[in-house]
Amino acid sequence: MGKALPWIGLAALALAPFSGIGNYPLHLLIMVLLWGYVYTSWSIMGRLGMVSFGHGAFLGIGAYVVVMGWNHYGLTPWMGVPIALAVTAIVAFLIGYPCFRYKIVGHYFALVTLALSEVTRLLIVALRDQTGGSLGVTPKTALTDAAYSFAALQFSNKLVWFYVVLAVWLAGLWVWKKVDESMGRLALEAISQEEDAAASIGINVTRLKLGVTMISALMTCIGGVLYAQYQLYVNPETVSGIGISLQMVFGVIAGGMYVRLGPTVGAAFTLLLAEGLRLAFGNRFPALDSTVYGLMLVLFIIYMPKGILGAALDAAGQSKPRPAATPTGRVLRDG
Amino acid sequence: MQIFDIFLLESVLNGLLLGGLLALLSLGLNLIFGVIDVVWICYAELIMIGMYAVYYLHVSFGWPLLAAMLAGVLIVALSGMALHQFVIRPVLAAEPINQLLVTGGVLFFLQAAATLAFGIEFKNLGITFPPIVVGEISFSMPRLIAFGVALAGMLGMYLLLTRTYIGTAIRAISQDRAIMPLMGVNPSRIYLVTSALGGGLAGLGSCLLVLQYDIHPAIGLSFGPITFLICVLGGLGNMAGGFIAAFIFAQFISVGGFFLAVEWGYVIAFLFFIGVMFWRPQGILGSKQ
Repeated sequence: MGKALPWIGLAALALAPFSGIGNYPLHLLIMVLLWGYVYTSWSIMGRLGMVSFGHGAFLGIGAYVVVMGWNHYGLTPWMGVPIALAVTAIVAFLIGYPCFRYKIVGHYFALVTLALSEVTRLLIVALRDQTGGSLGVTPKTALTDAAYSFAALQFSNKLVWFYVVLAVWLAGLWVWKKVDESMGRLALEAISQEEDAAASIGINVTRLKLGVTMISALMTCIGGVLYAQYQLYVNPETVSGIGISLQMVFGVIAGGMYVRLGPTVGAAFTLLLAEGLRLAFGNRFPALDSTVYGLMLVLFIIYMPKGILGAALDAAGQSKPRPAATPTGRVLRDG
Repeated sequence: MQIFDIFLLESVLNGLLLGGLLALLSLGLNLIFGVIDVVWICYAELIMIGMYAVYYLHVSFGWPLLAAMLAGVLIVALSGMALHQFVIRPVLAAEPINQLLVTGGVLFFLQAAATLAFGIEFKNLGITFPPIVVGEISFSMPRLIAFGVALAGMLGMYLLLTRTYIGTAIRAISQDRAIMPLMGVNPSRIYLVTSALGGGLAGLGSCLLVLQYDIHPAIGLSFGPITFLICVLGGLGNMAGGFIAAFIFAQFISVGGFFLAVEWGYVIAFLFFIGVMFWRPQGILGSKQ
């Protein structure tokens, strides 16, 4: 029964659109899966001690390269995606290699990557003649006389998007599992605990970190493409810059970084919290959801660093003991 | 060609003035990091609190501007202490990255709470100063004031750290956290005083910013990233390094904005930052670990 449970859950999820739910719940479901996938992509490196504030850059590259290619050069997203992936790989290498080679970790890594996501946002704004600047941009529609266009990767039917996003989300979870099972994960956990000691027993720190960063960045780029094609609108604030980069980090923390479904739970939690408060209070208090959310984040990080799902599993006693977030070689202070 | 040079000179000088302001902003963050070893990601949001405080006290309650500013500095200093007491203290022994993240949560909270409380409209004091014209170059008065006050603030901080007992204790604890408690210094108290000082510097910054810029809930995002990057560029915790880095960044922004658009100035400054990080990860004046 224990083994069958995930499959039953998955089947229920896959059949959910046929249970007669309306367009709006379906949209929420798509958004949860899409952001769940993006958060999962972030966690693949985040949970191994590389806290990046720069994933907005990869999301932005995915969204904008594909939309710009389509709008300005008539390039089908099927061609745009490989280009976006290539650009992402180059950027991830340019930022990752020197960082890992010169042991930029912790605060410094977070702040260097923060600069990267701000550069991306500012570039999109600065190239406003091409990108539409802060106002954002809409991909030229291919849906004027058709319900869908495969070449333009545009579908008016939400059902199609649901299955696309579901498949990508499952693929993301599969990648997580593969990384988790690989020898590299053990090595990377060792690195995140004590980098010099790991290097001294023959672990190639730079190569392993770079590998995981590449996987995470490329997955995030795909998330950006899907977001742009599904919403049919992007602007620099929603796909790049410090705001969205922090949102990814915090979604993951809320859900739980160290369990596979944690990031998805984080995405569901943040989205449902926002929608729930909006339904309860209408638009009278425009930022109420973020206020509550911010407060909860602070409480989570202080009192529940493993996140909702992590804490729930701990409480249920199912969680495997993990060498998780413990201080490493740090002097305790009685501040 | 002659006119072109005058405008270039003007943007270099304006960059210098901006540098003074950025140096003051980064000073508080550097102090906190140097002593408590925590990066306040929400530092710019504390500045926002100060800006709103000055605005409401002056415009809505009719306080004289200087009194409103003094109260603003005090409010932000108290916010800094509250931040330390309720948010930083519980995670002092946790993983360093958790400390970075928890203040990120505070950033979200303050930004959203400001939207909730004050709305998203842009507000400003409605005070205009006549520009000061020297030859063919004109300076904006608030920028000159900001530059002067920033320099005075930094000098004051220098004197405080080098000439007083509490300043000496602060410097000592930043050099060796483990030994100082044995010497009879209570680190909790020093941390609290440092947080108040860091908050006070943010408050001073907010008084200077409120003269030049409109206030809105997201204003922190336009000053926050650049302030962190200045601190890291100078070597986190190294106040002299932060001072130099502030002027370098300001020149990139001002002169880059002169030749291209404003965003390009920032893009070049940030790329420069990333480049320097690979060359000297410890910052331009930081010491090797």
